[in-house]
Amino acid sequence: MDHLDKLEAQSVYILREAYREFKSLCMLWSIGKDSTVMLWLARKAFFGHVPIPLVHIDTHYKIPEMISYRDRIALEWNLNMIYGENREALDRKLTFPDGHTDRLTCCKYLKSEALKHTLSGEWPRYRMDHELQHYVLDEGREPYTGVIVGVRADEEGSRSKERYFSPRDKDNVWDVGDQPPEFWNQFKTDFAPGTHVRIHPLLDWTELNIWEYIEREKIPVVSLYFNQGNGTRYRSLGCYPCTNPVDSESRTLNEIIDELKSGRLSNIAERSGRAQDSEDGGLETLRRDGYM
Amino acid sequence: MMNGRAQMNIVIVGHVDHGKSTVIGRLLADTGTLPKGKLESVKENCRKNSKPFEYAFLLDALKDEQSQGITIDMARCFFKTAQRDYIIIDAPGHIEFLKNMITGASRAESALLVIDIDEGIQENSKRHGQMVSMLGVKQVTVLVNKMDLVDFREEVFEKLKADYSDFLAQIKVKPVSFIPVSAREGDNIATLSDRMPWYSGATVLEQLDRFTSDKQLQDKPFRFPVQDIYKFTRKNDDRRIVAGTVAAGSVSVGDEVLFLPSGKQSAIQSVESFHTTPKKLATTGEAAGFTLTTQIYIRPGELMVKPSEPLPEVGTRFRVNIFWVGRAPMILQKEYKLKLGSARASVKLAEICNTLDASDLSYSNHKKQLDCRDVGECILETSRPIAFDPASASETTGRFVLVDNYEITGGGIVLENLSADETLLQRHIRERESNWEKGLIKTKERERVNRHRAKFIVFTGLPGTGKRSVAKALEQGLFDNRLNAYYLGVANIDRGLDADLGYHVDNAGERLRRIGELARILTDAGLIFITTIDDADDYDIEILKQLNEPSDILVVNMGENSFSRYHPDLQIPAGGRVADAVQEVASMLKTKEIIIEYQI
Repeated sequence: MDHLDKLEAQSVYILREAYREFKSLCMLWSIGKDSTVMLWLARKAFFGHVPIPLVHIDTHYKIPEMISYRDRIALEWNLNMIYGENREALDRKLTFPDGHTDRLTCCKYLKSEALKHTLSGEWPRYRMDHELQHYVLDEGREPYTGVIVGVRADEEGSRSKERYFSPRDKDNVWDVGDQPPEFWNQFKTDFAPGTHVRIHPLLDWTELNIWEYIEREKIPVVSLYFNQGNGTRYRSLGCYPCTNPVDSESRTLNEIIDELKSGRLSNIAERSGRAQDSEDGGLETLRRDGYM
Repeated sequence: MMNGRAQMNIVIVGHVDHGKSTVIGRLLADTGTLPKGKLESVKENCRKNSKPFEYAFLLDALKDEQSQGITIDMARCFFKTAQRDYIIIDAPGHIEFLKNMITGASRAESALLVIDIDEGIQENSKRHGQMVSMLGVKQVTVLVNKMDLVDFREEVFEKLKADYSDFLAQIKVKPVSFIPVSAREGDNIATLSDRMPWYSGATVLEQLDRFTSDKQLQDKPFRFPVQDIYKFTRKNDDRRIVAGTVAAGSVSVGDEVLFLPSGKQSAIQSVESFHTTPKKLATTGEAAGFTLTTQIYIRPGELMVKPSEPLPEVGTRFRVNIFWVGRAPMILQKEYKLKLGSARASVKLAEICNTLDASDLSYSNHKKQLDCRDVGECILETSRPIAFDPASASETTGRFVLVDNYEITGGGIVLENLSADETLLQRHIRERESNWEKGLIKTKERERVNRHRAKFIVFTGLPGTGKRSVAKALEQGLFDNRLNAYYLGVANIDRGLDADLGYHVDNAGERLRRIGELARILTDAGLIFITTIDDADDYDIEILKQLNEPSDILVVNMGENSFSRYHPDLQIPAGGRVADAVQEVASMLKTKEIIIEYQI
């Protein structure tokens, strides 16, 4: 087994462990390359099926290609696709693009708050109806007690401290200083009522591994990751007001891989195009509060 | 194309201030992993503040820059040599970070253990040595650091090497090598030091590249902990797939397989996978799936093996080494949850044989509990048999964790199977019976007056098979025949007798015991005691049977029979008429001479 085979096997093991132990489980799909690889790994784990609902938090400021890609894949792969949103903040225009909040507050409202209340079932969830081919209000309101998230340890400092199975308390808070031990391949799969567990199957993957795997498996990803001719491409996907493309000539998977290995991106942080990270406190502040 | 460079996880351990951070800083600097100008700026900063430069400062400076995308934190840092990529897992010497150290070390393939030659062997030098060994890290290299403080003298190094080797021998660890280094000065880290001409072994970097990541599990007998059974019916998929990760050995299409502890047998029909070329074989480390040639009922948690190879042990009682990290101590007789491979079982600490005090290496056999950070040789007993290997034979199926109140609070390795010994349950029943106080009425007299004998009748089967309706109708029928029968709804106990247990899964064993004890009392009172249990397995029945002794148990299974070896006294199909089912049970009671006659 080469390194990618080992990473794949470990992620599959984690996904199966989560599916076995958590009665109410969901997987967050941000439409980005990492969680798309995770979705692919779920198809590996469950032999072509995805028996876990996929949850996307729609800020309604996502780059339009992301949403059309999401819905196309959801139909093609027969996914139990669900999205949630912060309707109130959107209606009251409490957003950065509307000029009423700073970037971090906007993230907090449209992502963290929406996520928290969608997971708990307090706010409406919309589910793809495969016959009607559009979203309908989901009847299911039960809280998810296991949430599978595609974070990687190499992305950024706070994520490198994560466990594969990471408990969150009633308020979604992560106690970084007191995390459970993970002996070998035995993880925290027991949890007290009212708490939930975040599961991180991609923790050991690097950005380069992700691209190498996408190339090996021929996984379809959003075209925004490639230079379409104007000399730029997105390296990390988010909302269009806060996400900027990077200068890059890479038009193919192999060109992206070369660029990361030895080219001009090998020494620049992956999330450098994400404006909210450079605000005060940045990602760690967001994450303590429930951001992914 | 070979995707992804080879990678190895290394854990670095040792006592506080013995120089772990300096070693890491040095490795990063000497492999050219540091961002441009970083080293110079930290040195400059030290000069300005008039303090001597140390590589540990470099590590601190890097930590401050995490948000700028440099991948380092107190848990792991990355560097590479020409041969492969390394992840160094920095296990802090402070005791509070023990859980981080376990997490890191249990993923490591090799360890660097740092000892300060000036301070000598300290408590954590020993404790960490022992833990790394228990966690299964086989390759340990000892870095004897700060050689500059002893003028690079060979005899000082040799003395420490001898002393520490003695200690390691006692805990059965054979180190790969000892390297004399001065991490601060760079001696023997990346290049051989000319200040220690007497040392001609490997440098630290050379040693790292010499560690092997092959654990030789491939050649061991096939072990496959069954993680789950999948039957996804979408798009007319009719495969029933046994899923899990191969823990050791390999298996091919056509191979005979045996499931333990159930003892069921079948053969591999196909190796299943998604988006790969067709497979005929699955080997160690693969997350695999199989279909079988026959439809057999197995549960997650069984161990699939090949009957043609050396078999694992099956038992309920085993000698183990436990490493306890719970805030609350591990105590005798309390129920914990054990997770071994894919098996889950409730477990009790039956005996503490001895505990090792890492600080002075003394053994104590007086402890009545395991406190946080204790390492103890103990005897554990599960409520039902599980399949396992002694860790010395097959490490991946010989280690386990313990869960107390939702938290993983300990880990350990299995030393040997002790299942031939008297179990806790057997001892409990023996003691209970020898102290049982009888009234003046003899059983025979009671049976004569009652006109029937006592019996414990258990209805089993999956939920929804109608067993409660039949059980209640049976009670009514017996009652109408003026026989002393009593039906107990199990839910009644949840809020009554078992109210103290809450709904915690770890208490399943205790719940079952209480039903068994109730049966013992009610059958002693002469009753025909009737109850139902959802989805019971062989061991549940065995436990009830033993607890109910000296009275007899009668098991009526409704619907699909999910027992593996146990034969219920009566098998009734689900969905039939209740009255017919009652009649069948009554006939059996007559045949067994529990009752003399039964009229509808």
